[in-house]
Amino acid sequence: MISYILRRLGVVLPTFIGITVLVFALIHMIPGDPVEAMSGERGMEPERYARLIAEYGLDRPLPVQYADYVFKAAHGNLGRSIVTQESVLTEFVDRFPATLELSACAIVFALCLGIPAGMIAALKRNTPVDYGVMGVSLAGYSMPIFWWALLLILFFSVHLGWTPVSGRIAIEYDPVRVTGLMLIDSLLSGEEGAFASAVSHLILPTIALGTIPLATLARMTRSAMLEVLGEDYVRAARARGLSPLRVVGRHALRNALIPVVTVIGLQVGTLLAGAILTETIFSWPGIGKWMVEAIHRRDYPVVQGGILLSATLVIFVNLIVDVLYGVINPRIRHTR
Amino acid sequence: MALLEIKNLSVHFGSEKSPMIAVDGLDLNVEQGEVLGIVGESGSGKSVTSLALMGLIDAPGRVSADVLKFDGRDLLRMPVRERRAMLGRDIAMIFQDPGTTLNPCFTVENHLVETLAVHEGGSRKALRARALELLQQVEIPDPSRRLEAYPHQLSGGMSQRVMIALAIACNPRLLIADEPTTALDVTVQAQVLDLLLRLHRERGMGLMLITHDLGVIAETAQRVVVMYAGQVMEIGTVPEIFTRPQHPYTAALMSALPENNVGRQRLQTIAGVVPGAYDRPRGCLLAPRCTYAEDRCHTERPALNRAAHGAVRCFFPLAAASAPASAANATPT
Repeated sequence: MISYILRRLGVVLPTFIGITVLVFALIHMIPGDPVEAMSGERGMEPERYARLIAEYGLDRPLPVQYADYVFKAAHGNLGRSIVTQESVLTEFVDRFPATLELSACAIVFALCLGIPAGMIAALKRNTPVDYGVMGVSLAGYSMPIFWWALLLILFFSVHLGWTPVSGRIAIEYDPVRVTGLMLIDSLLSGEEGAFASAVSHLILPTIALGTIPLATLARMTRSAMLEVLGEDYVRAARARGLSPLRVVGRHALRNALIPVVTVIGLQVGTLLAGAILTETIFSWPGIGKWMVEAIHRRDYPVVQGGILLSATLVIFVNLIVDVLYGVINPRIRHTR
Repeated sequence: MALLEIKNLSVHFGSEKSPMIAVDGLDLNVEQGEVLGIVGESGSGKSVTSLALMGLIDAPGRVSADVLKFDGRDLLRMPVRERRAMLGRDIAMIFQDPGTTLNPCFTVENHLVETLAVHEGGSRKALRARALELLQQVEIPDPSRRLEAYPHQLSGGMSQRVMIALAIACNPRLLIADEPTTALDVTVQAQVLDLLLRLHRERGMGLMLITHDLGVIAETAQRVVVMYAGQVMEIGTVPEIFTRPQHPYTAALMSALPENNVGRQRLQTIAGVVPGAYDRPRGCLLAPRCTYAEDRCHTERPALNRAAHGAVRCFFPLAAASAPASAANATPT
């Protein structure tokens, strides 16, 4: 197991190099630069512009800038934001809990609805129930997040007035930051209504962000379940007189979850990508919104650092999922 | 009273209008403590019959029968829950491929304890002790270590022994063994068969042994049912069927045995294949492949008639004296 993890980590290094090259190249390909973005519409005198560019080291050849960046990053220094002068790592750590909270809620939402939906569709194969579940999940999967989020806001917030439109908590509450997770902080604050407010702010973003993973999980669970239900050991379990609940919920589900767990790991990437849109639409102060703003301002260090850290996260979550895979699948556990 | 009584059992798949007939009006009894062999080539409905009486045929499959009784209790008209409770407790089944019939995510102990807990209950410790005892009874070496094993760590023969342990866990009175040795090595086949027979003797349970292997039937069974295309062609005691088959199909099966082909270059075979869903003959199902077939065989379906040694479904059963096994409808190829 240990050697397996080490081998996996060995692959991580080339992945990081690839990511940094790609991000570095892409961000510099976008027209404009941080200084121009800061100067606004009126522009600035060429001398001042040249001085600032030199100050940020942006006048050097790209390969030199890249080598400098990688050297510093390797030493744990991701640089400072050009706009705020704040360290990139600090800004990331500051905003990450918001994204974590939203993503965790979204994945829990997707799991709680997606796996049962997929199971029901598989058990009711080729009936209206199955077609209904699969039809809705295909629609959910195909829905652009930004459009879906806007529809949700229009209906639930504007039309029905059930939920707030944006932010993490109503303005009258200002819980002390302990964990950075609003659900927990609002509870700790002890203020009446704070927690309810935090929950109500979470509902729509969670649905918007969780819809695609939900649809993916439902479809994946259905196909995995169908395959497993046809297996000999399921028939053998029924032949031993076990109840349908036990056969499906224990014998079949355990095996069907093996491919589903892999998909959950892959969904983490989808969640971070989706978070960019969702956070922007709901003014959710997480890393998605932070990165979008950084791109607008051509804040090179923030964009590069943000993507590098996000990629690290995705890689590690998938590593954890792989380890988990061995826990639920004894065949893998014993061959490693 | 017969342990298992089946009258006019039919299993259909596909649409109502043009059903695929898997089992067609099957009559069959299993007596208390007997070994009943069921033979027939692939596609003759042996496995579907056993699944049907276990109640394991799912929609779109349709099962119907005039009588389906176990120990006098009507299986078709009892509540689903009650019938399910009988599975694994009164009637148990083992399957063809032991490599795929154990759940890969559970240990041997999980399997055994679960089955015992569902049917008998008891403390976890007691159940574990029972599981260990069962593994000893099926002659698994080092049983306490094997309890912890996952199916992929067991050999084929070992897995089949675990399946047998699961089947006998609650002392069933009828054990259905659907080709229990087909997927195993020849040396292991004999061991597993010996084990099954020993358990059958010791526990006095009825054993329904489904197989391709006539040799196995000859050695083990008291009576044998010959099936073809979902119908019973002949039923009889083993010595009668093996020495004086009355149905041309039985005779052809016998003449295809290697023992009856000593000195020949090739084994005798039966020309043609089992009829499929859409080419079921109107008359006798065997007629297109039968060398004795006459006009009547092609237009009229024969009934299963009582015969001296049991029953036979043929208008022109082979006379005991005039039909040596090798002269049946087999064509040398």
